[in-house]
Amino acid sequence: MSLHTTTSQTVGPYLHIGLTWLITENLAPAGVPGERISIGGRVLDGDGKPVNDALVEIWQADSRGNYGGKRFRGFGRSATDEDGAFRFHTIKPGRVPGPGSSMHGQLQAPHILVQVFMRGQLKQLVSRIYFPGEPSNAQDPVLARVPAARRATLIAVKRGKKGVLEWNVILQGRNETVFFDC
Amino acid sequence: MITGYRRPTAGTQPEYLFPRYASTVKRAPTQPLVMLPQTETELTGPVFGYGEVKRGDHDLTRQHAGDPIGERIIVSGRVLDENGRPVPNTLVEIWQANSAGRYPHRVDQHDAPTDPNFTGAGRALTDKRGHYRFVTIRPGEYPWRNHYNAWRPAHIHFSLFGQAFVQRLVTQMYFPGDPLLAEDPMYNCVPDERARQRLISTLDWETTLPEIALGYRFDIVLRGPEETPMENRKR
Repeated sequence: MSLHTTTSQTVGPYLHIGLTWLITENLAPAGVPGERISIGGRVLDGDGKPVNDALVEIWQADSRGNYGGKRFRGFGRSATDEDGAFRFHTIKPGRVPGPGSSMHGQLQAPHILVQVFMRGQLKQLVSRIYFPGEPSNAQDPVLARVPAARRATLIAVKRGKKGVLEWNVILQGRNETVFFDC
Repeated sequence: MITGYRRPTAGTQPEYLFPRYASTVKRAPTQPLVMLPQTETELTGPVFGYGEVKRGDHDLTRQHAGDPIGERIIVSGRVLDENGRPVPNTLVEIWQANSAGRYPHRVDQHDAPTDPNFTGAGRALTDKRGHYRFVTIRPGEYPWRNHYNAWRPAHIHFSLFGQAFVQRLVTQMYFPGDPLLAEDPMYNCVPDERARQRLISTLDWETTLPEIALGYRFDIVLRGPEETPMENRKR
């Protein structure tokens, strides 16, 4: 039996009505082990204007590299504000196995999976956030597939205080964020 | 163990750039997408439960003091994967306009009444056979500014998670026989006519409640796991 995946459609401009009840910007309540981080950024369109009606969702492992734990679910959802800004307070994920068998796969560098939904997009965008100054980035099997000149768009930038990171979603133009087809 | 999810069939999923839907022009990526291998990150996903979804959340007609204005309907169906297997215990979120075609949202300035008894948001978890069910009112059509005299056909927005983040899907359900579908850029965003028609619900006598509400059926298919040779041997 083979069915076809239902056609994707835009969330439209009124997404907040159905989706903000599950806003989760603080993923790691007190007691969750790991290095505390804050990641924020803006979504900007082809004219460099803030996208004030986007929904950013993230999915990540816990600090030991396990997905879907009891104490740390690893799912976040943030709706952009008038400046196109979103934010998450979480912990730095541990390393997880790379492509192929989990037994033999090479470990990936710490990363967070991102999906972005908005009016003007008939299906979501997929991207990843990597961490600055992380030696394992050099061997990461996914980053290795990204043209070298564009890799920096996937790596967050340190901002001010310890643990504060910036990562932006640039939809078009110079510095356009790398988006994935998976 | 699931090793990957199949690619969509050609013509059944939209491209990012679709100029008939004007807002895609400044929001679609211009650089080529990079192929992402499906790793544990992509093959897992969040699980939601009754801690979050409350028992009455599926009934949009019982969220306020009075009854909403409009035609009460029941919207139900199954969530399956491409292999025809039910997707159990997965979160389904919906949102829609009221019967006059108006959303209670600051951006919606359409000159039609809001309804104090209708917010237009619901959620449910599928049961172990993949069934979901909502009680709501039939949404109205409404104008938008995509092109001259543009009107959206009546629709309900659906958001689904599935069991892996690569199964995540947002879509819209339409109603049978709606003459606005032919002109709607969203509905016409893919070339495969059968794929478009699968976005249209069907009138369903089995779920219709006599003297209470018409039933509409809308089955949703999420990406299916690859059937690996190893799995076939095991069966």
